[in-house]
Amino acid sequence: MALYELLNLTFQFLDSFAFIVLATVGLAIIFGMMGIINLAHGEFILVGAYATTLSFNLLGVPLVLAMLVGIIATTVYGIILERLIIHRLYGRLLDSMVVTFGISLVMIQLTRIVFGNSLDQIGTPFGGISYGVYSYSAYRIMLAGAAILTLAALYVVFTRTTFGIKARATIQDEETARSMGVDTDRMYLSTFAIGSALAGLTGALYAPTITMSPDLGANFLVEAFVAVVVGGPSVLIGTSLAGGFLGTIDAIFTYVGGTFIGQVALLTAAIFAIRFLPDGITGLLEDIRAKRREAQ
Amino acid sequence: MSSDSSASLAARLRAPFEGPNTIGNSNGFWASFGVAVLLLAIYPVLFGPYAAATSSVFLVYALLGVSLCFIWGFCGILSFGQVAFFGVAGYTFGIVAINLSSYTGVTLGIVAGIAVATLFAALLGYFMFYGGVRDVYVTIITLVVALVLHTFLGQTAGSEWAVGEAALGGFNGMVGIPDLGVGVGDVGITLDGAMHYYAALAALIATYLGLRVLVNSQFGYAMVATREDEARTEMFGYNTTFIKFVTFTIGGALAGLSGVLFVTWGNYIDPSEFAITAAAMPVIWASIGGRESIFGTIAAAIAIQWLELQLTGEWALVIVGSLLIIVMLAIPKGIAPGIRDLIVALQTRRQEPASDSPAPTEEVSD
Repeated sequence: MALYELLNLTFQFLDSFAFIVLATVGLAIIFGMMGIINLAHGEFILVGAYATTLSFNLLGVPLVLAMLVGIIATTVYGIILERLIIHRLYGRLLDSMVVTFGISLVMIQLTRIVFGNSLDQIGTPFGGISYGVYSYSAYRIMLAGAAILTLAALYVVFTRTTFGIKARATIQDEETARSMGVDTDRMYLSTFAIGSALAGLTGALYAPTITMSPDLGANFLVEAFVAVVVGGPSVLIGTSLAGGFLGTIDAIFTYVGGTFIGQVALLTAAIFAIRFLPDGITGLLEDIRAKRREAQ
Repeated sequence: MSSDSSASLAARLRAPFEGPNTIGNSNGFWASFGVAVLLLAIYPVLFGPYAAATSSVFLVYALLGVSLCFIWGFCGILSFGQVAFFGVAGYTFGIVAINLSSYTGVTLGIVAGIAVATLFAALLGYFMFYGGVRDVYVTIITLVVALVLHTFLGQTAGSEWAVGEAALGGFNGMVGIPDLGVGVGDVGITLDGAMHYYAALAALIATYLGLRVLVNSQFGYAMVATREDEARTEMFGYNTTFIKFVTFTIGGALAGLSGVLFVTWGNYIDPSEFAITAAAMPVIWASIGGRESIFGTIAAAIAIQWLELQLTGEWALVIVGSLLIIVMLAIPKGIAPGIRDLIVALQTRRQEPASDSPAPTEEVSD
């Protein structure tokens, strides 16, 4: 019996972890690498989720293909937005927040006008895994795998490829990067496109599990912001650690007291984390590393 | 020349309200300010008490916008949490006034509502600024605080969530909140309908003039210096942490005042006041009107809320959102500072050909 309870808690943790990581990565890349706070991040996820659901329902394509459509649609959407609006906001952190909030308002309302208050939802695939008297959705467990794969893929892209090194050089020192022959303008655009694609991926993956309404982005926004801030300046490690930390707290308190208590515990933990670690978890790690170097 | 003494009296009267930190120090500005106040004052006479009672809420929202304009425009603290203080004050007023159902209760409710909001802002400000939280992280913490309150109050539907007679009511909200009033026991006056309008107008004008004095004082200079370059201001020996803490607390108190006026207007409050769309409204008003201009923020708050009411259809939010994007891209500082820059540019162009003439004595704006 205790084993089953432990399994329940583990699944709960995997679920929270996957949700936090997938909700956060797109936002974290755009914020951490470009200094743009995208308050319309939830609506990027909305685009991914709606494109997936619509192509599945209307065109009858297989789910995997529909998800691909979702990712591509969000990427294209992100590129258009970057060229039209976002590229004017580089270096204007607070302004970027206000403008993207405007984008978010317009997006939610336009979606409502065009598609109404809800769409038919895709059924959750794969069924469940049973153990004892309990069962758990296999798809949700797969999401945890998808979250880890995404992090690993991004790590490879940003540390092992020429593109990743150029992108990081642009973020660290734009002028020097440009004088070395890097097309920095294109790097910003590509980074924003990757961030958008990740938001699209999140939307596509969660499309079968959440209610398709125009304000579905709000479900992701809070967790995403909290995790970005708790994670700190180093994007990928920060997101993974924040997902682990906040996921644990969310899982334990949800398990003990229900969804609401879990949510409140998560947000309270986040406020304390920001208060005591103003530079996030990776800021703390950086401090420890610097001290150790000094000691040597 | 005969009007010299009266002109100098006017100048002396105006002096405390003017300085480099406020837009609009000219005769023209004060004349239009007078006209605006006059129009707002005779509005109930022209359109009747019912229209005044309905429009009162615009003034309340303007006051909420001012609370953000003050901390963001003059001290650089962007808070998405003004609605948190607004709502907390509203709920506090409701709890006190419903439980002590007399003029004493209402009067105490006003005091308690503002006091609790101020204390809440002071606690949060202390927690953040003395903890080294800065810039965009302040914005995110304040947003999260508003959302926590939204989630918390949303689940208070059960009967166990009641303070004495006052049920919090979950998403259905708290109902039956008394009107605004002052007095002791059964003796006092109720400020409802058009009287509520005048109370809100008085609060707004007093706040406006008070803040103009404050931002043009020594403290105001220190606030603006903190906004411009915090490290340098600290090097000059100013305690910027304390300056931000005090500014944030004053902003919380003003938001609390507007919260009390809000619940006494509709006799009702629900958790949607803390939702993300509500939390962003003050930011929208201040951005469009111009966050460095209190007058601009007030005008924008009234205009946008009025516009939203007129466009009751589904396109309202699309239009408000697009307006926000366009203004932020075209005039990043907002409309009021944009108009100021335009006037200054026109005047310099007009004066350029006659540059050998004596310099103008009248300063139109800073």
